[in-house]
Amino acid sequence: MAYESMIAESVTIPGNNHEPISAYAARPMGPGPFPGVVLIHHLPGWGEFYREMTRKFAHHGYAAISHNLYHRLGEGHADDVAAKARAEGGVADDQMVGDTEGAVEWLRAQPYVGSKVGLIGSCSGGRQAFLYACRRDNVDAVVELWGGRVVQAEDDRPAKQPIPPISLTKDLSCPLLGLFGNDDRAPSPEQVDQHEAELKAHNKDYAFHRYDGAGHGFFYYHRPMYRVEQAMDGWEKIFAFFSKHLAG
Amino acid sequence: MCTSIVEVVRAEGAGKSMDGWFPVSHAVVSYDHPNHALLDDAIIIDFVNQDRGPGARAAVELTLESAKALQGALARAIAAAEAEENELPRLRATAA
Repeated sequence: MAYESMIAESVTIPGNNHEPISAYAARPMGPGPFPGVVLIHHLPGWGEFYREMTRKFAHHGYAAISHNLYHRLGEGHADDVAAKARAEGGVADDQMVGDTEGAVEWLRAQPYVGSKVGLIGSCSGGRQAFLYACRRDNVDAVVELWGGRVVQAEDDRPAKQPIPPISLTKDLSCPLLGLFGNDDRAPSPEQVDQHEAELKAHNKDYAFHRYDGAGHGFFYYHRPMYRVEQAMDGWEKIFAFFSKHLAG
Repeated sequence: MCTSIVEVVRAEGAGKSMDGWFPVSHAVVSYDHPNHALLDDAIIIDFVNQDRGPGARAAVELTLESAKALQGALARAIAAAEAEENELPRLRATAA
């Protein structure tokens, strides 16, 4: 059996406006070059699930980093910090773009990272991943997992998220993979229809997979929303997508 | 966030977190993904102190039915408390 090993560690990276933020990075041991993956955590926080997901990408041969969008809210248990974020209306889109750009640039600067970097996020992080790929052109592939509020209602224009990501579809800068559950309400199947119609209208390179028998967050094995068949199929699609677009 | 259902009100009192008691500044009521309750979505009530760190938080994650029952219990307890409070001036006047 071939020897395998990885390194996973906390790092500090320059975020929005070069402010230092915390992050968690994992990669296979060895010189590389490894394709890079940036992970945008979900609303419930920068916690254990995203640490595991970061290591999962390292296990599959990627150099991965998950940055802490809630860094400025202070230290604490991930769920307490997430509660503070929720009470404050989440994080501002502009700040998120700056922080994520910092993570992408940090990854690209590592000697063991190749020329391609992908982006993935779930829930609020799915929306943010799509939004980022519309506002920046420095990722090579993006995966949106059940992104809530890509479509925002007319009366849903808070100061922190003033622009519905769907309105930026024409600027999407890389191929997109989207995974959704047909029992989800945020995004609802109708909102996913709108999202897809806009991608088609702008002739974008995308693939959506919409699962019956699954709702929101069907990858979360520690939650009742977990759906093993759909999750396993979804992971296969993610790795096939990144393998295709992040090779070389 | 995915639901955007969040209500924040000022609150005065004390809450108990994992680190002990702290003065409460706000109550936050939301309907979103719980961290611990085995539910897809939950009514989440956080009693927090916004001037302190994230750990100044006493939290519950409830089913909608539990939240409705709590709402009824709160209403009944508050009505009884107000009746009790209204009785005090009369008792003081009688004593004087």
